[in-house]
Amino acid sequence: MNGFALRHVSHAFRGERVVPVLDDVSLEAEAGTFVSIVGPSGCGKSTLLRILAGLLTPETGEAEVAGRNAAGHPGLAAFMPQKDLLLPWRRALANATLGAEIAGVSRRQAREEALALFEPFGLAGFERAWPAQLSGGMRQRLALLRTFLTPGGTLLLDEPFGALDAITRREMQAWLQEVWLRHGRTVLFVTHDVEEALLLSDRVAVMSPRPGRIATVVDAPFARPRRSEIVTEAAFVARKAALLAALDDAMRMGEGAHPPAGRAPGHPLG
Amino acid sequence: MTAAARSRVARAAREYVPAAVLLVALVGLWELSVALLDTKPYILPAPSRVWDAFTEIRGTLPAHTRVTLLEAVIGLAWAAVMGVVLASVIASVPLVRRVLYPLLVISQTIPMIALAPLLIVWFGFGMTPKVLVVAMVGFFPIVVSTVDGLAGADADMIALVRSMGANRWQVLRHVRIPTAVPAFFAGLKIAAAYAVTAAVVGEWVGTSSGHGLGLLINRSRASFRTDELFVAIAVISLTSVALFAAVQGLFRLAAPWAHVTSREETE
Repeated sequence: MNGFALRHVSHAFRGERVVPVLDDVSLEAEAGTFVSIVGPSGCGKSTLLRILAGLLTPETGEAEVAGRNAAGHPGLAAFMPQKDLLLPWRRALANATLGAEIAGVSRRQAREEALALFEPFGLAGFERAWPAQLSGGMRQRLALLRTFLTPGGTLLLDEPFGALDAITRREMQAWLQEVWLRHGRTVLFVTHDVEEALLLSDRVAVMSPRPGRIATVVDAPFARPRRSEIVTEAAFVARKAALLAALDDAMRMGEGAHPPAGRAPGHPLG
Repeated sequence: MTAAARSRVARAAREYVPAAVLLVALVGLWELSVALLDTKPYILPAPSRVWDAFTEIRGTLPAHTRVTLLEAVIGLAWAAVMGVVLASVIASVPLVRRVLYPLLVISQTIPMIALAPLLIVWFGFGMTPKVLVVAMVGFFPIVVSTVDGLAGADADMIALVRSMGANRWQVLRHVRIPTAVPAFFAGLKIAAAYAVTAAVVGEWVGTSSGHGLGLLINRSRASFRTDELFVAIAVISLTSVALFAAVQGLFRLAAPWAHVTSREETE
């Protein structure tokens, strides 16, 4: 079993006030599936990823990656935070092999594996470049390559394309799908973008505002590979409408839990 | 010459020409005012007279400079080693930080000119007290900026490396130490700028060596050779600049990544 599982996970940040962030979250993915989480800002999506990455131990509930307890045990899944966080003092190739190196893979083997992937990741010819010399899209692809090469079956991607412009973003979505189809890794993908989630995923989990709960899970049963034009087709548009409706319900669920806090009209999602 | 090389030369010219023009103008004004006011040479020699003094004592200058530069470099090396060791301890043990940091700041308020003669009483007229003066002056900026560098590592970067299963040592090696390198060199550059002057102060209070720029200053002063004094000052300045440039070059070698022009800047 190379997927992941969250069972009844609850967590709160305890500073001056106690802020509940996650409330009884359960979500499972079998090996090789692409699952997305959408939800408003501050719903605890990133916290979920940090729990699966082993950086945070939830107060209650279980987190498993590849059948092993991930809570407080980093190194089981490959985590990609929102920022690319390339190490400026390592050339592109050395950045790509960082995770493998820390996991104890021999430097030579890690380099060979990485070099073979520079071409499919659109980075051929930039093996010796410093991160500062790469464009935003390339930095993001390099961060993804590093995540791919980090041992562990599951990829945890936290809004990987959030900082990119719309055109680069479309390119990256198409490309990520292609790479995923070829390598068949389990992916947990966090995004703000409903369309992006439907385009890429097998299933989309909708989260409510803080404290985050899984409100619904929507299937995205479209044949692969999916062309980016699919977003204008009737079946896709219908799913998107259903997903947006589910999100609105989830937002109201959040409002039921807290007094309305003057939320701006219109949809909170971009 | 390639276009890139030409543009580099043009950029360097834009950078340094204004300062050079000002310097030449000031020297010209100095020459002119000395001539017009008929100032006595032991009070203020004209630049032309300083040049004559330079050609006269030129043969002895390398020996003086070599001794002073050696003291400065050894002192700087000690400052770097001790500075990094102390910075590592301060950055990793909070108690040591609380105990040592205030003392360190106080130590910087002690005037070196008062301490230097005492060092001679303790360590004699040899090279040791000069090296110590340099090390004590250079140590402080190195410690302060290395501590900041070690503490200033990006928390997200550390979280990323930890998510890969990194232990404490790997976090230190892959994130904390590389982050501290530019900070360390920032401190070392400041120390290098002061190192030659500190060595000169050490020599000035007394030396058994027959050479040294501080000794040259002392002798020139005693014999009212103000023109020679100015030669010594110029040599001290040039040596300081050379040492500073050497440290800058070392920084480029040690951290080439900190000197790449980013894509955003070039586009």
